[in-house]
Amino acid sequence: MIYTDVLIVGGGPSGLTAAKMCCEAGLSTIIVERSHILGGQLTKQTHKFFGSKDQYAKMRGIDIAVKLQEDIASFNTLTMMLETTVVGLYEDKVVTILQHNEYKKIKAKAIILATGASEKFLAFENNDLPQIVGAGALQTLVNLYQVIPGKSMVMIGSGNIGLIVSYQMLQAGIEVKKVIEATDRIGGYKVHASKLKRLGVDIQTRKTIKRAIGKDQLEAVEIVSIDENFKEIEGTSEIIETDLLCVSVGLSPLHQLASMMNCQTTYISELGGYVPLIDDYFQCSVPGVFACGDMVGIEEASSAMMEGYLAGLYTCNYLNQPHLEAESLISHYENQLYELRNGLFGRKTLRGIEKRKENLIHA
Amino acid sequence: MTNRIVEHPILEVKPKKKVRFVFEEKEVEGVEGDTIASALVALGVVTMGHSLKKHRPRGFYCAIGNCASCDMTVNGIKNVRTCITPLEENMIVKREFVEDIQDDIH
Amino acid sequence: MLNSTGVPDKDQVVSRFFDEKILSSYKAIIECYEDIPCNPCATSCPVSAITIAPDIHAQPVVDPSVCTGCSICVTSCPGLAIMLATVMEDKARFKIPYEMNESFEKGTEVHAIDRSGEIIGVAKVLNVSNYPHQLKTRLITVEVDASLLHDFITIRGIQHG
Repeated sequence: MIYTDVLIVGGGPSGLTAAKMCCEAGLSTIIVERSHILGGQLTKQTHKFFGSKDQYAKMRGIDIAVKLQEDIASFNTLTMMLETTVVGLYEDKVVTILQHNEYKKIKAKAIILATGASEKFLAFENNDLPQIVGAGALQTLVNLYQVIPGKSMVMIGSGNIGLIVSYQMLQAGIEVKKVIEATDRIGGYKVHASKLKRLGVDIQTRKTIKRAIGKDQLEAVEIVSIDENFKEIEGTSEIIETDLLCVSVGLSPLHQLASMMNCQTTYISELGGYVPLIDDYFQCSVPGVFACGDMVGIEEASSAMMEGYLAGLYTCNYLNQPHLEAESLISHYENQLYELRNGLFGRKTLRGIEKRKENLIHA
Repeated sequence: MTNRIVEHPILEVKPKKKVRFVFEEKEVEGVEGDTIASALVALGVVTMGHSLKKHRPRGFYCAIGNCASCDMTVNGIKNVRTCITPLEENMIVKREFVEDIQDDIH
Repeated sequence: MLNSTGVPDKDQVVSRFFDEKILSSYKAIIECYEDIPCNPCATSCPVSAITIAPDIHAQPVVDPSVCTGCSICVTSCPGLAIMLATVMEDKARFKIPYEMNESFEKGTEVHAIDRSGEIIGVAKVLNVSNYPHQLKTRLITVEVDASLLHDFITIRGIQHG
């Protein structure tokens, strides 16, 4: 049995910032990450971030990933377990991990879940053909591994991810034939859409994919127009030949580990799907288990980082070893989150957060 | 034939050390830093596996070890999530065709 | 139109410009038409010419009497929504952000492109800079006919053969 004060599941933006707080407070901390690198989705985000200075605005995501790792590099109370998957997580806070084909057990005094999210999928005929990829996955392949899986693509979804990934694929030399959006308006920031338009990309609203065409792999897609009830409009079918189809229709929180240990979970559509219910201190219904980042509600990396700092700080409080600057840091990061969410794009999230709080049944 | 980026306005494109491995009895190469899946995609491999019942081809999809489309047998170990497994020298990689799996089902 | 196509209306664009007298030297033109939480342009400006108030969601406003046309905001904006513009008699000059693979040589002629991605004329490349503080966003100085002042947004190489 491996003993630790804090176990952090997930080495993405919120896991790394949580680790910094716990380490600075002197707690022994383990980060378990199933991939072979830390940084989560930041590692392939080549675009400059929005937000404010505290959220590393203007810095490219790939550089923020480096910075967050540098921030925790010097702590000898920190253990990083890469290529390690949490396979069992139980209410007594004993965790079973699978590390290079070996099962091991970790007993933690507190657990911070920061497992992020996975991409949603879309139901259409032949949606399982090879060369149909999630947007995040295409971004990883191209920006992290520098591999080009095809010369042309069609993007489904005009949220920030769909728009940003389309732009990045153009930067890599992949032709973006069309970006289609089911609703009547572009979902992401208009500056992202404007960047695509000036590069000659066709963005069309009220369109959806009817089916993918191909035998052993994707060869073409059939796009149709839809009305305000999302019903197909007759006679609007268009066949577009393309190497790749990129699906960017939203993210779903990876709540499974919280559910496994019987943390209360509920479906909140504003937050992207099933989320573990947390209180104002990021604590789940099982005492000593905290959760932060996209797994408690789909937002952005900026919010994930702020939530990670906070979850870390509250975990230190829970373990009666508060961070020396706990009060000022908590106030600072809560403020940052408030600012981030205090605009048009944050309204949906705030509604979801209200529901998340309301639904939590206290023991 | 490899499909690798040669120049990019933001990313640093550096020559990388080659990593030799075996894919379905053919000697092939990836580069240092590749996962098994990224090396295969660079080599032009499009089908990563097949669905169990209908044998429909499956390709690279999620890149975070979540969807199981890229599971392959590596060095004799089944169901390795190739998209999150780093490529190592002399790895023996093969796709899992339905015929293999039939052995395990009683 | 911006919401369904990503292309702002002409009067939206013109509202961000200044009159020709003010544009006799380079001024920042900020085409951020949406309230999003973002402020690197304001925090990067060395002379505090850009205001984002009352909070981080407000759209940035440039004070042209303070703006020195230094271009730091152009390469700070994560949305590539800022450019510098100046007008001199029959020519307009711009400093635009650029992050694509194409490279441009000083003195070459390229296509002048509008916000819909259409070719609207020719542009001459006057300079390309790529200083470290730009974080890999290139700054390209171009010259176009003054009639394209409110239409021009970017450039594209002319394909030959």
